[in-house]
Amino acid sequence: MRAPDGPDVMAGEVLLSVANVSLSFGGVKAISGVSFDIRKGEIRAIIGPNGAGKTSMLNVINGFYQPQEGVITFKGKARAKMRPHDAADGGIARTFQNVALFRGMTALDNIMAGRTLKMHKNLFWQLLRHGPAMVEEVEHRHRVEEIIDFLKIQEIRRTPVARLPYGLQKRVELGRALAMEPDLLLLDEPMAGMNIEEKEDMSRFILDVNEHYGTTIALIEHDMGVVMDLSDRVVVLDHGIKIADGTPAEVMKNQAVIDAYLGVAH
Amino acid sequence: MLYREAGQFKSSYTADMAVFPILQDRIGLGIVLFIAVVIIPYFGSSFLIQAIMIPFLIFSLASIGLNLLTGYTGLLSLGTGAFMGVGAYACYKLTTYFPGVNIIVWILASGFFSAAVGVVFGLPSLRIKGFYLAVATLAAQFFLSWCFIRQPWFYNYNTSGAIEVPTRALFGIPVTGATSSFTTRYFVVLGIVIVMTWLASNLVHGRIGRMWMAVRDMDLAAELIGIRLLQTKLLAFAISSFYSGVAGALLVFMWYGSAEPSVFDVNLSFFILFMVIIGGLGSLTGSFFGAALIFILPIVLRYIPPKLGIPIQSATVDHIQYMVIGALIVIFLIAEPAGLARLWQIGKQKLRVWPFPY
Repeated sequence: MRAPDGPDVMAGEVLLSVANVSLSFGGVKAISGVSFDIRKGEIRAIIGPNGAGKTSMLNVINGFYQPQEGVITFKGKARAKMRPHDAADGGIARTFQNVALFRGMTALDNIMAGRTLKMHKNLFWQLLRHGPAMVEEVEHRHRVEEIIDFLKIQEIRRTPVARLPYGLQKRVELGRALAMEPDLLLLDEPMAGMNIEEKEDMSRFILDVNEHYGTTIALIEHDMGVVMDLSDRVVVLDHGIKIADGTPAEVMKNQAVIDAYLGVAH
Repeated sequence: MLYREAGQFKSSYTADMAVFPILQDRIGLGIVLFIAVVIIPYFGSSFLIQAIMIPFLIFSLASIGLNLLTGYTGLLSLGTGAFMGVGAYACYKLTTYFPGVNIIVWILASGFFSAAVGVVFGLPSLRIKGFYLAVATLAAQFFLSWCFIRQPWFYNYNTSGAIEVPTRALFGIPVTGATSSFTTRYFVVLGIVIVMTWLASNLVHGRIGRMWMAVRDMDLAAELIGIRLLQTKLLAFAISSFYSGVAGALLVFMWYGSAEPSVFDVNLSFFILFMVIIGGLGSLTGSFFGAALIFILPIVLRYIPPKLGIPIQSATVDHIQYMVIGALIVIFLIAEPAGLARLWQIGKQKLRVWPFPY
């Protein structure tokens, strides 16, 4: 896996910045003029009530949606338009709110698939599956086994993921994202639908990924306890507008945030 | 009891990632190959080899081709028949213009023509999928059928409108045409099918196979891990059509001997699609099972009543055969929608834990 502090962006500097981004679907404005940044090495939470535009924001960052306005700068490079596979190329990995694994494949194959971009042996060698192609396959299998050990999913390697319980599916999905050795890992509700033990496990994995591999993480989460414990900085969205940005403690005290979550008397 | 992998420890990832990691599977494969390569050619009757084995192998190859596209990449195609036709006609034209070149070279080369045509008709797959893609490939089927019927250049302006396979020899032994022996043709077909099955199996167990399955299972997530959808789908179309093309060329050159354009109509596409679905989507072994069930079973059924001494007219046998096959397909699909390959897996699992139920 990648050592902390890649050569391109130093720890603590801005890895990704979102400036004045707006996204609308027809007449519906999902995001209006949101700006924030994600620093290298931090855990950044994006929170907000339902329909606040959190997932849309992630979709903008990794290229599923093209914003109508605004600039996204990743590793110092501003971009106008980007396809998801370009984002993957650039080092952005992602997990989904509702698990998006390759259901017909085993856990091992799912995580191996995460290394697609790192594998380069051409069709000729793939057809033979000997020599360089096999060397490459084994080399990447080593890396994948490290991730499997890290996530403690050794015993389900060979199980088709469709048969796994939800919590383990989430873990395999995290493993697939980690296999990409991303610079920026986007987690869309990694703990949705989990019980307290599973949440604790997942939180531990997220912290470990951040510490051990130095991966910058942006996560959406509804469990405030988890958000406050994990994240270094929090950005709060409501109705597509940024209403607060700061450390968890600052955000918790913010009146706009409290109003957004609890509602205000009209 | 005999089929058990207990005690077979893998000490390297290479061994762990082998296509057949279990010893008994490798022995089984060896036995099957031994029967195909030694027993059948030396002890098989001309009927067995000519009317059963050669077409069975060719249809298996076509099923593998379609399975790569439909079973592994999740792209439904109804153009297989046409792609097979492209292979057959390409081979015919090539051997007409360059009669001196080894016919096996041309059979394999015709796959490239089919692959090119497949890629062109695969272009819509970026935008449409499922049934809509099936309809788009149906367009390929009708357009190509029209070409084979209405464009005399394809059949060398023969008055019959059919293509006749010329005699072509390899090292002095006739391989195609009326004078070639069925054993020679069997060996050619068997060799090509073994090699191409091996290549397909390598492909689906490696990076490209995982990319295909990723696109099949969840294209959004596939794009997110860096897979370029268009290239991956077109590669699947190219390789699948290559297999279809070679199968089509073999069908005409090694089995029929001559072919009218109607051979490659939409019925053939459905025929191959049934083999893939019944055999098991996403299984190469299943492709062979599917071809066996759809192609060999009717032949076997036809010979059961006379062997039992039941006097039935052959026309009645034909009708009964359709009914039995139809019923069997329905029963198989209800019992196991994932196809014969899944039944095979379940059977192996039962053997593994025998005599315990689980």
